[in-house]
Amino acid sequence: MPQDNKQDIKAIIFQLNEEEFAISVQQVSGIERMQHITRVPQTASFVKGVINLRGVVTPIIDLRKRFGLDAAEFTDSTRMIIVYMEDMEVGLIVDAAYDVIDIPQDAVEPAPEVVGAVDVDYIEGVAKLEDRLLILLNLNNVLTDDEVQALKTVEG
Amino acid sequence: METNEYLEVFIDESKEHIQSLNDHLLELEKNPSDLTMVNEIFRSAHTLKGMSATMGYQDLADLTHKMENVLDAVRNHQLTVTTEILDIVFEAVDQLEEMVLDIASGGEGSKDVARLVEQLNAIERGESIPEDSSKAAVPASEPVQNSSASDLASTLDEFELTVLRESNDQGYKNLELHITLREDCLLKAARVFMVFEILEQSGEVIKSDPTVQDLEEELFEQSFTVLLVTKEKAEEIEKKVMKVSEIESVKVQKFSIDQRSGKSDSPVDTQEAAEGSGATAVAEAPAKQEKDTAKKAPVSNKTIRVNIDRLDALMNLFEELVIDRGRLEQIADSLKHVELQETVERMTRISGDLQNIILNMRMVPIDQVFNRFPRMVRQLAKDLGKQINLEIEGAETELDRTVIDEIGDPLVHLIRNALDHGVELPDIREQKGKPREGSLKLNAYHSGNHVFIEISDDGAGINREKVINKAVSNGVITNDQAENLTEKQVYQLIMESGFSTADKISDVSGRGVGLDVVKNTIESLGGNITIDSGLDKGSVFSIQLPLTLSIISVMLVEIKEEKYAVPLSSIIETAVIKKSNIMSAHNKKVIDFRGNVVPLIDLQDVFEVPGEKLDDEYSSVVIIRKGEKMAGLIVDTFIGQQEVVLKSLGNYLTDVFAISGATILGDGQVALIIDSNSLIV
Repeated sequence: MPQDNKQDIKAIIFQLNEEEFAISVQQVSGIERMQHITRVPQTASFVKGVINLRGVVTPIIDLRKRFGLDAAEFTDSTRMIIVYMEDMEVGLIVDAAYDVIDIPQDAVEPAPEVVGAVDVDYIEGVAKLEDRLLILLNLNNVLTDDEVQALKTVEG
Repeated sequence: METNEYLEVFIDESKEHIQSLNDHLLELEKNPSDLTMVNEIFRSAHTLKGMSATMGYQDLADLTHKMENVLDAVRNHQLTVTTEILDIVFEAVDQLEEMVLDIASGGEGSKDVARLVEQLNAIERGESIPEDSSKAAVPASEPVQNSSASDLASTLDEFELTVLRESNDQGYKNLELHITLREDCLLKAARVFMVFEILEQSGEVIKSDPTVQDLEEELFEQSFTVLLVTKEKAEEIEKKVMKVSEIESVKVQKFSIDQRSGKSDSPVDTQEAAEGSGATAVAEAPAKQEKDTAKKAPVSNKTIRVNIDRLDALMNLFEELVIDRGRLEQIADSLKHVELQETVERMTRISGDLQNIILNMRMVPIDQVFNRFPRMVRQLAKDLGKQINLEIEGAETELDRTVIDEIGDPLVHLIRNALDHGVELPDIREQKGKPREGSLKLNAYHSGNHVFIEISDDGAGINREKVINKAVSNGVITNDQAENLTEKQVYQLIMESGFSTADKISDVSGRGVGLDVVKNTIESLGGNITIDSGLDKGSVFSIQLPLTLSIISVMLVEIKEEKYAVPLSSIIETAVIKKSNIMSAHNKKVIDFRGNVVPLIDLQDVFEVPGEKLDDEYSSVVIIRKGEKMAGLIVDTFIGQQEVVLKSLGNYLTDVFAISGATILGDGQVALIIDSNSLIV
């Protein structure tokens, strides 16, 4: 861990449906503005399509759809957060992405049993920071397990 | 010991030598009296021995040495080539290969070769050849070492003589250097290289004996001779060369053309002039004789070894260029600026040529894969008690390196399969009225943007009933489905997973991994495999492979707002069809296309493209094919033909139905590439 303070998690904060989420910076390779997305037919509904990310064809996932939230129009603040997971590179569409902040390890609490409609297994924990409540995402579970399996076996 | 940097070269070269051993041994088997073959084999074995001893792989060297002894006995007519001898030699070569592979994968290359060594010894003794005589024969018959230094003069050709004469006139000195390396010198080739580098700084090397090529391959014992044209003094040269470590001695003599036919032992201080005009007459005779040897040398310098990674990097860069080229073309078109358009056109042409060259650079003859099959077939035929005649055609057909790397295993599998399940035992063949010897043909050829590889045998063929029964009992298909299968569909069944028709599992094939693996590998390469068979007539497995995996020609089409690319290789033609010409058969839309009934596939339905359906009187249709089957893809508009770079959808989206990949268009957007093979069932 290269961080100065081992107690802190450096995380990117993004917004989705009025809630704030956090992903560790180590998993993020960049934040992109919206651009043309090419739809890929016959894939899971939350797979928005693919984009040309500086010459690399990168799949894009609509996080709202993934979390079962209502769809929203893309605005000027809509962003794609490009994340690495294992050997995959995937973009996540979020309502807005903010700065990087340090979350002290001791501010993180394990995920409560029930957090609204979001399935518990992609939540690693919840961090309380002054007046903010941040949901820490477990990226592997956002895309792997059943969902990716389902994706990989999509067939006509 | 810093032998590591030579390891790669050692492994590469060892593999080459083992391959040539295999090739020549097979030749020898066909024609046992051909002593030139024995010489070739001997040469390869000898080089291999030298190299492995240098690199410190003792077992490898020992085994090669024993093999060499046997070969030497053969060469000296003390032994006659028999199948038994060849079997053991073949086995020895196999062991050698295993050792080399072991070294390549980081091992020590050690192996218990005592039994083989014993066998080889037995062969040697069995023919009552006294041990020492064969040993004595070894050095005497090594062609390269044999040529002693004094032969150097007689191997000069006219050109070299002219150079020597002229240099004399211009005040240069012609020196003959006799350099001896120390006995314990490990990397002879490296020392030779260093010596040459020094010599080339001080003058010009006209000739060396053995040839530079042989020197680089270490085809010499301890000493070699070099003819140098220089202005420097003999003593200086001697001093410089002695600075290279592991050099035993350097003898520098003045070289005189007149002496070339005699012994050129004259020491440096004998200062007789060499510029006799009488030299010319004598020069011609030996020069002519030696022309053949002189011709060989320059050819070897026309190729260089390039690391495949570098070629890949070049290819990647070029792909970027192709994308930008597309972008430029688009900009030029929209700006309608004549000069810009002309420039872009020129650039497109040049980059097209560049593309051909780069792609060609990556092409390797399929022989690289085929060349191991004769051995394999021979062994398999022996193991199975069958008689097989293997014919290979089109081994010179070239394929992209990446495809070559992948295609070996599937082919091995298919050949094993053909030998095991296809070709019958000799007695059974006789009963069926076929020649006892079965035939297996391997044929490769180019056609369009594809390479076809056919593996055909004249064996039992595929038993339709047996396949269907097996498929039903394995649950691959149901009874109902079995009723309506065409011959081809039945044959395709044997490539489904969980299928194996062999009644009993044999050692050769049918070890659980089936033809489905073959099929998957080939499809992952963008190819396909079809089977044709006749009961008791034989089977043909034909594999179709793309020439290259990275840049392909496509037809861009538009469906609503979305653009898709159809590989040109699968398109027969495009057509515009009147609504009234579309007919219905079994609830499926079909058209009559040049006398064939072709089913139509509406891509908007398949790809669930959002938007209202066009209700025009005419439909644009792309006619595609897979083998003999055809289909028409209904699209909204044709955009045009383009060269695109094939990109994968990444590891996240795998196995998307009917999409084989993506590409980046000139405007920066991604277009999906349609996998027409999966649209035709």
